[in-house]
Amino acid sequence: MTDITNLPGNAAEPRKHGSLLEKDARTARRNAAEKRFQVYGMVAIGIGLLMLVILVVNIFSQGLGAFQQTFVTLEVQLDESKLDKNGNRNLEEIKKVSTFGYAPLIQQAFEAKVAADGIETALPGKAMADILSKSAAAQLRDFVIANPDEIGKTVEFRFLANSRVDGYLKGRVTRESIVNDKNVTAEQLDFVDALKEDGVLAKTFNMSFITGADASDQRPEDAGMGVSMLGSLFMMLVVLILSLPIGVAASIYLEEFAAKNWLTDIIEVNISNLAAVPSIVFGILGLAVFINYMHLPMSAPLVGGLVLTLMTLPTIIISTRASLKAVPPSIRDAALGVGASKMQAVFHHVLPLAAPGILTGTIIGLAQALGETAPLLLIGMVGFIASNAPDSIASGLLSPNSAMPAQIYEWAKRADPAFYERAWGGIIILLLFLITMNTVAVILRRRFERRW
Amino acid sequence: MPVIWIVTFLLVLSIAGYVAGRARAFQSASGDVRQMHSLPGYYGYNVALTSLVPALLVLAVWLLVQPMLIESRVAGMLPAEVIPEGSNQSLVMSDVRRVAEGLDIAIERGVMTEESASSIRTEFTDVRGRLGEVGVALGSDVRPEVLRAAQAYRSMSSKGSLAMTIVVGLLAIGGLALAFSRTNKDFRARNVVERGVMALLILAACIAILTTIGIVLSMLFETMNFFRLHSWTDFFFGSTWAPNFRGDSDLSILPLLWGTLYISFIALLVAVPIGLFAAIYLSEYASNAVRSVAKPLLEILAGIPTIVYGLFALLTVGPALMKVFGQGGMAGVGWMSGATSVLTAGLVMGIMLIPFVSSLSDDIINSVPQAMRDGSLGLGATQSETVRQVVMPAALPGIVGAILLAASRAIGETMIVVMGAGAVAKFSVNPLESMTTITTRIVSQLTGDTDFASPETLVAFALGLTLFVLTLGLNILALYIVRKYREQYE
Amino acid sequence: MNQMTALEKDVDTNEIKINASNVQVFYGESHAIKDVNVQIEDKTVTAFIGPSGCGKSTFLRCLNRMNDTIDICRVEGEILLDGENIYDKKVDPVQLRAKVGMVFQKPNPFPKSIYDNVAYGPRIHGLAKNKADLDEIVERALRRGAIWNEVKDRLHAPGTGLSGGQQQRLCIARAVATEPEVLLMDEPCSALDPIATAQVEELIDELKQNYSVVIVTHSMQQAARVSQKTAFFHLGNLVEFGETGQIFTNPVDPRTESYITGRIG
Repeated sequence: MTDITNLPGNAAEPRKHGSLLEKDARTARRNAAEKRFQVYGMVAIGIGLLMLVILVVNIFSQGLGAFQQTFVTLEVQLDESKLDKNGNRNLEEIKKVSTFGYAPLIQQAFEAKVAADGIETALPGKAMADILSKSAAAQLRDFVIANPDEIGKTVEFRFLANSRVDGYLKGRVTRESIVNDKNVTAEQLDFVDALKEDGVLAKTFNMSFITGADASDQRPEDAGMGVSMLGSLFMMLVVLILSLPIGVAASIYLEEFAAKNWLTDIIEVNISNLAAVPSIVFGILGLAVFINYMHLPMSAPLVGGLVLTLMTLPTIIISTRASLKAVPPSIRDAALGVGASKMQAVFHHVLPLAAPGILTGTIIGLAQALGETAPLLLIGMVGFIASNAPDSIASGLLSPNSAMPAQIYEWAKRADPAFYERAWGGIIILLLFLITMNTVAVILRRRFERRW
Repeated sequence: MPVIWIVTFLLVLSIAGYVAGRARAFQSASGDVRQMHSLPGYYGYNVALTSLVPALLVLAVWLLVQPMLIESRVAGMLPAEVIPEGSNQSLVMSDVRRVAEGLDIAIERGVMTEESASSIRTEFTDVRGRLGEVGVALGSDVRPEVLRAAQAYRSMSSKGSLAMTIVVGLLAIGGLALAFSRTNKDFRARNVVERGVMALLILAACIAILTTIGIVLSMLFETMNFFRLHSWTDFFFGSTWAPNFRGDSDLSILPLLWGTLYISFIALLVAVPIGLFAAIYLSEYASNAVRSVAKPLLEILAGIPTIVYGLFALLTVGPALMKVFGQGGMAGVGWMSGATSVLTAGLVMGIMLIPFVSSLSDDIINSVPQAMRDGSLGLGATQSETVRQVVMPAALPGIVGAILLAASRAIGETMIVVMGAGAVAKFSVNPLESMTTITTRIVSQLTGDTDFASPETLVAFALGLTLFVLTLGLNILALYIVRKYREQYE
Repeated sequence: MNQMTALEKDVDTNEIKINASNVQVFYGESHAIKDVNVQIEDKTVTAFIGPSGCGKSTFLRCLNRMNDTIDICRVEGEILLDGENIYDKKVDPVQLRAKVGMVFQKPNPFPKSIYDNVAYGPRIHGLAKNKADLDEIVERALRRGAIWNEVKDRLHAPGTGLSGGQQQRLCIARAVATEPEVLLMDEPCSALDPIATAQVEELIDELKQNYSVVIVTHSMQQAARVSQKTAFFHLGNLVEFGETGQIFTNPVDPRTESYITGRIG
């Protein structure tokens, strides 16, 4: 303590502080800076939340329309002279009549309806029928082939209106915007107004958006998510069946048995790095290994599932290890103490206790895989029309299909803005799945969470 | 699918093995569990696993190796003159495979018999026409060499499959018999089963390594093929990206790298300040109630699939920016000519990264010891002074690590840039111009009509490898920094 | 010890620096401090002793409102510093803490250089006009913290690189640098070895020439060595407060006696 004696200012009295009750200017300035800093933080959170709100509002305002569709209800007389000239109800002969043969029936139905309800229009029958989807004649034909006995009768049909008319009812298409549009005329819109007045044409809930298949470029009104949902379902099955056992086995080894050596070190570093590899790289791997090398079929949900399994494994391993780690060592000691082998201790005691955590991690991993798009582009799950639902598990796994996010991407790429509405609608469905899965995960965690 | 049947057979066999092994153990101990070395189930598992596991492994390896062997044998059969000008062997091989598949389908549909499929000659039969009937369209007439190669391919495949079925079946039955014969009450079944299970666990853990090896090898081979066809100096140091499917393309990564880094930079410019300030507010100021609401809400942004952000960029942000900066826009500047641009993609990616930055930084800020804050507050510092001058410097390495992780995310992000950034490869500093990135080019080179022998397609693998190395490097660096940082306070 | 006896006669003449009356502290539902009245004198070392969890640290943290950083903590009663209620709405805790400095249980140097550690307080309070001025303040504080000789050649080395005892003296120097009038010390020697403890105790003795020092300690010997006044806390109550010598030799309350003789604690 020798340095304490002759030091400068040691004898000096301490600085005299002013009254605490009066704020000095410097403190005021510092408090203002403090306030500003807090405001920055609040603004940052505000921006984040605002973006979330914009995103959600945007999705719903643009996408809800896809769940409603404009239908025209018409009574069509299934004219025997046109559909079955010989009158013998021979299915092969009925099938020979192409959709062109059915188009006049629809025109006649329109003309009859206009006459019966006294709707004033100068449109010829062809132009009237054009407000329907191009799928209308095919719908009629499918019905007749399925029910040949109905030929000659008058049957009520609900036809999809085409996407311009649908857009007109939803406010996407206006009379100004159709000036240069070859697909619809102002007279047709007048006609649509009149039909709407009459109750023939109405916008109702559209189940086929949820259950239906994709449709070609020309018929956005007919496109649905159903088949791609099945594609996603089959992919998720593959992911679940492969990644859960492999992930759990790998975690058990790493967490419970692995000695600290170079091999386990490499595996650990590997897993944490794999979790951060861009998803597109997994797509390249899938393309090179599963398709080019192993010759698995392009666009098959099996391949998609394999790729997503490799992507999901690190996530599942990381969360499984965390839940294994959370089981206190005393449980293991107790089992070992009564003479169980280490393997028995793990499989009989540790694993059941860690199960809720493992399940939660798996669901979250699956949800991540469900929304992943980029690798699916490379293994060919976009770029075609997934029009048929698979009819068996094998074809579900192996025949070309799309997946929900890939279907959304496909729609977003198409030129007709009517598909955008469907893309947003698809996102609503996708998000509903994700929300459900995450909610289940959260509930599981809350319900079974144990504090040791 | 015969493989499915083989697997089913193996499963049934192993279940039978379980039952048989268990019964035999019981019998040898005359029904008294206490006389057995292990619990009865272990004897069953022993038989089941000995039968199932080796057979399954051989099956898997066989399935991987057989196509490779056949391919090289058949390729050797093709004389050099079959390969037309401007094509190469792998193209011809894909023709061979296609013809072989066509023959398979033809037999399946009953258009051809097995015999005729292996004996037809192009000289006498219109193979293309016959295959066309069953829906296998071929681009040109089948040349005799190709047809013969296809027939050889088929016969080898079917012989291979037969051999595989026999070998796998024998292996399974042999394993079952061996294990069954060894089963008696003194057999140390538990130890054997546990060793087997352990081996399976290790195998599962190695899948992570296999994946990495698979990634590296699959890209490395194709990248080497690419560099055989295209000069590597142009790839790494050239200045133009102009793929041309008639050949002679300029394929340089630099313009793509520029676009990638530019977009990532804008994304970080959005995400880092917002994410960091949000993290600071949440960990230092927010009450528990605010935190418990705002934190999960922000994290929702991280859980939204990237396709949603892509759509948001393409259909909402892009057009909105057009309304401001485009022709006749609100700003009256007309700087933007299309909805896709660096800014569009960067902004949206920034939004996506906000929760990523904020939750990582939140963790890191929370790991700064409370004693630091107390020390500063005890000296009369305000909270913001404490944060800026004590907490932040202390947390800096960790935050740098978090930002690097975010950067690696941004560089590897695909959907947002595919939908929001555009397709023009160029060096430009104007953020309102459309530019392209490594990931978008990978997607566009590998989708559509892919001809796996042209440099225009193979370049995607070189791009992928570069991307992999780039993100891996960033990750390792970031994890290293974060780990060092955590050690400091442990 | 001579020095101490020499000073003891001044004790009575020192003015009251802090006057706490009827102080209650609640942590959520639990009543941590019950009705404490105590007067802390200027230029005196006052020791708070008592078993763990008796509330001595809590009470100490009330004196510069460090408890404000804990959400669930609520303080009632009156604490006057130089006659002004520090819990008055008009009082800014920032200004208060500049006047009432604090040294913590564990040495907590900032991850900065030694110089920047000491300069931190003067910088935020704007005490230095220029660089030379700041240099002088830092040197004076380090000298007062009795660590100048050890660190003067490596002022720009990180403060975290010092030994535990040096770190704690650095923290004291850091607290002294803002020139407070009261210095609160929360078990400043609990993380230190005996030699470092002796150095810090010697330092505390020096510091009381200029400051009112309040020290919380779990060591009765330490309280006896460094303090002139001692307060004994038990279960949130202030049991006894008086001259250190009197508390240790002739306690009034039986609980104090039990504690001092080692029967409770």
